[in-house]
Amino acid sequence: MTAIQKNTFSTLTPAQFAAIGSDLDAIRNRVRADLGERDATYIRTLVKRQRQFEVAGRAMMMIPPVWAAGVAALSVSKILDNMEIGHNVMHGQYDWMNDPALHSKNFEWDSADTSKNWKITHNYEHHTYTNVLNKDHDIGYGLLRMSEDQKWEPRFLANIPLTLLLHTFFQHFVAVQNLKLEDVTVYRTKTTAQLKEEFKPVWKKMRKQLAKDYLLFPALAGPLAPMVFTGNLLANLARNVWACAVIFNGHFPEDVEQFPESVIENETRGQWYVRQLLGSANFSGGRLMHIMSGNLSFQIEHHLFPDIPAHRYAEIAPEVRAICEKHGLPYKTGSFAQQTLSTWKRIAKLSLPSGKSGKVSQRMATVSTPAPVAMAMAA
Amino acid sequence: MSATAPRPFSLRNSLHRALRSRLASTLAYPHGVDRYVEHFAPTFSLSEVRAEVVAVRHQTADSVTLSLRPNGNWQGFRAGQYVRLTVEIDGVRRIRCYSPANSVHATDGLIELTAKTHAGGFVSKHLKQGLRAGMTVGLSQAEGRFALPDVRPARVLLISGGSGITPVMSMLRTLIDEQYRGAITFLHYSNAAKDQIYAAELAEIAARHPNVTVLRGYAEAQQGGELEGLFCRAHLNAVPDFGEAEAFLCGPPGMMKAVQALWADEGLSARLHVEHFSAAPVVVDSANADGDVQFARSERYAKNTGATLLDQAESAGLKPESGCRMGICHACTCVKKAGRVRDTRTGEISDAGEAEIQICVSVPVGSVTLDL
Repeated sequence: MTAIQKNTFSTLTPAQFAAIGSDLDAIRNRVRADLGERDATYIRTLVKRQRQFEVAGRAMMMIPPVWAAGVAALSVSKILDNMEIGHNVMHGQYDWMNDPALHSKNFEWDSADTSKNWKITHNYEHHTYTNVLNKDHDIGYGLLRMSEDQKWEPRFLANIPLTLLLHTFFQHFVAVQNLKLEDVTVYRTKTTAQLKEEFKPVWKKMRKQLAKDYLLFPALAGPLAPMVFTGNLLANLARNVWACAVIFNGHFPEDVEQFPESVIENETRGQWYVRQLLGSANFSGGRLMHIMSGNLSFQIEHHLFPDIPAHRYAEIAPEVRAICEKHGLPYKTGSFAQQTLSTWKRIAKLSLPSGKSGKVSQRMATVSTPAPVAMAMAA
Repeated sequence: MSATAPRPFSLRNSLHRALRSRLASTLAYPHGVDRYVEHFAPTFSLSEVRAEVVAVRHQTADSVTLSLRPNGNWQGFRAGQYVRLTVEIDGVRRIRCYSPANSVHATDGLIELTAKTHAGGFVSKHLKQGLRAGMTVGLSQAEGRFALPDVRPARVLLISGGSGITPVMSMLRTLIDEQYRGAITFLHYSNAAKDQIYAAELAEIAARHPNVTVLRGYAEAQQGGELEGLFCRAHLNAVPDFGEAEAFLCGPPGMMKAVQALWADEGLSARLHVEHFSAAPVVVDSANADGDVQFARSERYAKNTGATLLDQAESAGLKPESGCRMGICHACTCVKKAGRVRDTRTGEISDAGEAEIQICVSVPVGSVTLDL
């Protein structure tokens, strides 16, 4: 397995991992203990703004002179709903409020994906096994080749157009992510009957979302139905492209690392933290950029503390960075444009069999003989 | 002219009908109509009971009496039942049970709740200091089997201590409104005369209604009560026919125990109706694996082993949803109906009230009931 490269992290000792773990735990505990009215007011205000944008957007779309403003407002509404509100609430960031409307158990978002499936693929699989090949389905979504340790197949020649397709129909791809379509279409490890059964609850949600945006609201507009239909299509598209771009920037810039399955055997809390650190990247921006990206501009902080209210990440980022410096760990960040460019470079390189940009990190000094990386989705 | 007058058109009613329609719920999907309307009408809800605080009064230095106007979802209550009141304190919603003290026949449409504040009473302190008229609180429908029977008993004995007076006060006021003819004896215990809630009204009812006898006992000396000190058998000398009465009891644990023991000795337990309330939460050492874990929905219970609630649930043969088992993914979150838990990550001990918890990182501190 030549792809496994030795790097600086393989020099970390168990004591260093433990120290990193306790440094980060200290931040987590301090912020958790401080949660209160400020956070409650923040998320409630944001929910209120989202509802205002949504109602205003849907109304303006029915008035031709302000149609474009309506599309923009609904786009903002959908982005807020999915990112700073939905994604974060479903992480349990506000569970401590004990408010059923803002509890991860109950919250449903304005997206084709069911919150139930999302919590499995995202909260559990992606956040527990971040950037671990074969375990974290977000590495390529079963559609793309995002790591050189994913065995190359001819279909990956289409890595770039497929990535564009993923951006365009992001909500629907995410909605079927938990079905693992590639197991049926490519690897044939799942039957169509199984797939149909699993698709039922997804279709139930998708249908309601489609009916709302493409039948009911247009119908309410009477003769202006085509304008509302088009406006809703554009707002959904804007949300899809933006959400996908933000997520890709968090895990796929070229310097972000991926890991073999062996790292999660007997992984300690400190090691888990370090894997989250190495497997994520931030991008810089102002307050508006952070809100609109659901604070995933602080992807590193988010992966360390997925259930700390995201608006707190900006406050703790300097401390996390200091801990990285103290222990000689990289803290990956750049502008939105830099991270996007880097991500697309990786996507382009990996469409070819010789792609060598994604590296799998072997960071445990304790693992003397690295376990072979299982080939992605090998039958 | 026509015998039936046309139903007056009400904008409010038609608006409510529209908001309840299938169309409205489809347009508001997935958040639901409530989540839009509540931003300008905080007490509005299609299904939840919410109430506006209309007045906040203080009968004594250590108590607070709230008048609440519930929204249209409130279905009323039977005298003696309780409601779960939800208030928000520093961003966290806290749920506590209180028994309305008003008559079920009250015509003002208000619910009256009285709470006594005590040292550990974090929520009652908030009710006293933090609530103002105009605020919105959450309520449940009325619950509990402690209530006046629909067929009113011929002889009624009410026994209460401290703020345990509220459910029996509701019974008394309800019976008075019904011009109940039977004899009512009311034994009430409190620390001192100045701490007694509903004191003036009790005295007035006793003065106006010959069939009502109120007997007061005070823990402190020289308070002028008809009864001497805490509840004891001798106090029943004033109620020689207590065996014929339906007795309704609510008060602190010690007093309840004494009354229940006496009724049991007399073979009268069937005629004694009780409502438990605990004045101060019991603080249990978190190192002790005491108590039981009850899984309410699956009707199982197990001795607390000190392991996480997820492990204990699985050992009990349950298969709750779970994921990371390290407190990240929140797949295992479920409702704790009662009891305290310790967060294994922070050591933090939870509130004793109802709350959603992550069972993979929660260890019971004493007995815990889960909605599993």
